[in-house]
Amino acid sequence: MLAAPIYCAGLAKRYGDVVAVAGLDLTVNARECFGLLGPNGAGKTTTIEILEGLTAPDRGEVAILGMRWSGGADTRALRERLGIQLQDTQLAEKLTVEETVRLFRSFYRASHSVDEVLGLVGLEEKRAAWVGKLSGGQKQRLAVACALVSRPELLFLDEPTTGLDPQSRRQLWDVIGRFRAEGGTVLLTTHYMEEAERLCDRVAIMDHGKVIALGTPRSLIASLGAEHVVEFALTDGATRAPSATELAALPGVRAVRSGPDRTALTVAEVHRAVPALLGLLERRGAELSLLATHHATLEDVFVSLTGRQLRDA
Amino acid sequence: MRDHPLVQLTLARMREFYREPEAIFWVFGFPIVLAFALGIAFRNRGPGELRVAVLRGAGDSAVAAGLARAPGLTAAVLDSGEAQLQLRTGRVALLVVPGDPVVYRYDSTRTESRLARLEADAVVQRARGRVDPARVADQRVTEPGSRYIDFLIPGLLGMNLMGSGLWGVGFSVVQARTKKLLKRFMATPMRRSHYLLSFILSRLVFLFLEVAALVGFGWWMFHVGVRGSFAAVAFITVLGALSFAGLGMLVASRARTIEAVSGLMNLVMLPMWILSGTFFSYARFPDTLQPFVKALPLTALNDALRAVMIDGSRLSELGAPLGIVAAWGVVSFVVALQIFRWR
Repeated sequence: MLAAPIYCAGLAKRYGDVVAVAGLDLTVNARECFGLLGPNGAGKTTTIEILEGLTAPDRGEVAILGMRWSGGADTRALRERLGIQLQDTQLAEKLTVEETVRLFRSFYRASHSVDEVLGLVGLEEKRAAWVGKLSGGQKQRLAVACALVSRPELLFLDEPTTGLDPQSRRQLWDVIGRFRAEGGTVLLTTHYMEEAERLCDRVAIMDHGKVIALGTPRSLIASLGAEHVVEFALTDGATRAPSATELAALPGVRAVRSGPDRTALTVAEVHRAVPALLGLLERRGAELSLLATHHATLEDVFVSLTGRQLRDA
Repeated sequence: MRDHPLVQLTLARMREFYREPEAIFWVFGFPIVLAFALGIAFRNRGPGELRVAVLRGAGDSAVAAGLARAPGLTAAVLDSGEAQLQLRTGRVALLVVPGDPVVYRYDSTRTESRLARLEADAVVQRARGRVDPARVADQRVTEPGSRYIDFLIPGLLGMNLMGSGLWGVGFSVVQARTKKLLKRFMATPMRRSHYLLSFILSRLVFLFLEVAALVGFGWWMFHVGVRGSFAAVAFITVLGALSFAGLGMLVASRARTIEAVSGLMNLVMLPMWILSGTFFSYARFPDTLQPFVKALPLTALNDALRAVMIDGSRLSELGAPLGIVAAWGVVSFVVALQIFRWR
């Protein structure tokens, strides 16, 4: 049995007074797409950079493809097998797409041809364009191309789609899908829950440098005990609002969460919960200013675990 | 071969440079503009015409006419107030008051004024009947090698090697660091030595063009020749370029921002612009300062270049300055490698 592509235990890292990673254990299996989720500042980037061998942890153990970051020839041999995209790299603006790929390609022994890798990310038509002239989505695909050029076994992607429009995001998802179809393993960080649900076999939700939930997206959502979320808000605020106990007693409601501007109910059966809610509000004489329902997402998992929204956490 | 990382890194360096028009100007255009402007401004033309004023009064026109006939002098008859004003502001070098005695009024600390006094006095004395007892003849020469432009071109060459070495290496390194490109490279199996060597190699390619442009311009425009061997000039410029590339690496080894590295660059370069004898001889500085001035890499480089270009010295005679240049390069490079921030 081969070693797991990524294994780490007891990982910890602090910068001055700020604890970035506070005791983290992870195992990513071969051919898996694993997502690290969490708000900004949760320690995702520090974690991925420790795993990439770019940051030394204060404590803890790391093994990548069964090897350790020991420096020297071993480190170089390990780097040959990894593809890495960093969150904030700005590639040289005055080089063309082709020149940039050719430069990165020259660092590796085994590699795709320039044509192959440009084909993988769909940048064939931009090969002669300067990097500075590319759109945000094209730049990101180029960054991923530079990570894929070595035919890696393991691909690290740090927020690959942050700031991209939906179409560019979907194009990158396709690139990741093709890499996985060839048998590659992926570790990615994101704060888009939809992306994680779509791409990842398993996710770890991080907060304050720790993993607070781990599992398949489906199992994490199922752990809420209900598949739907009903959100509502009232026009005249708190005076006529029903209490949390009253809401929890409604049929089909599993949990109640009161936010500053809206209340969210986690419900198993929308068709029973919503009429009951409307009836309760009518008896109270409260008027709705908002009513929405959606399938429960990883976002709801995060909120139920931390009491905070992901985006403003 | 073409896909060797060193080749690809060097190509990337060169492309980033020549696709930046400003950089092209500062490396190639600016020294030539400077050489042209200074070469014209300080060309050897002697003191030129000396203006002499004659105070209005009895006999003024005869004196003025005599002075005006003398080569190198022009004369004007002026009223007292105007004459005093022009003398004070230096528009005339000398004021002649006709009469007996003839009075010369001038500032004896001004070379021009003393020259004008000698010339004017000769005219006045001859007009009163003086006969020169000895026969003389003048032979005028202008010797290439002794002009200001001959002194200037090697200095500009040295200054340019310093500037492009420090900026070319320092700026690119810090830019790669601030853009996290350095960190991205560290995430590949790229060898650090290849990265650093690529700077040296691309410097050597551009060095050849820089030197050819400036030396060629000096020869074409001002007939500034190279008295020693071209091979010696080539050796010294390569050594100088490597040394300053090392210094550039050192300056850039820790800096995280462009502002920080720019400040450091100026801190390193400014003293050498002034002290190292680029535009004027460093012999003008006090003796106590001389050992310090001579230990600067640009001083040593300029000395070596001038020795070859003007005096025709051989490399074997230049051990001391070349040793200083090499030592700066080696020490900077070694220290830079020790403290370099790779991310």
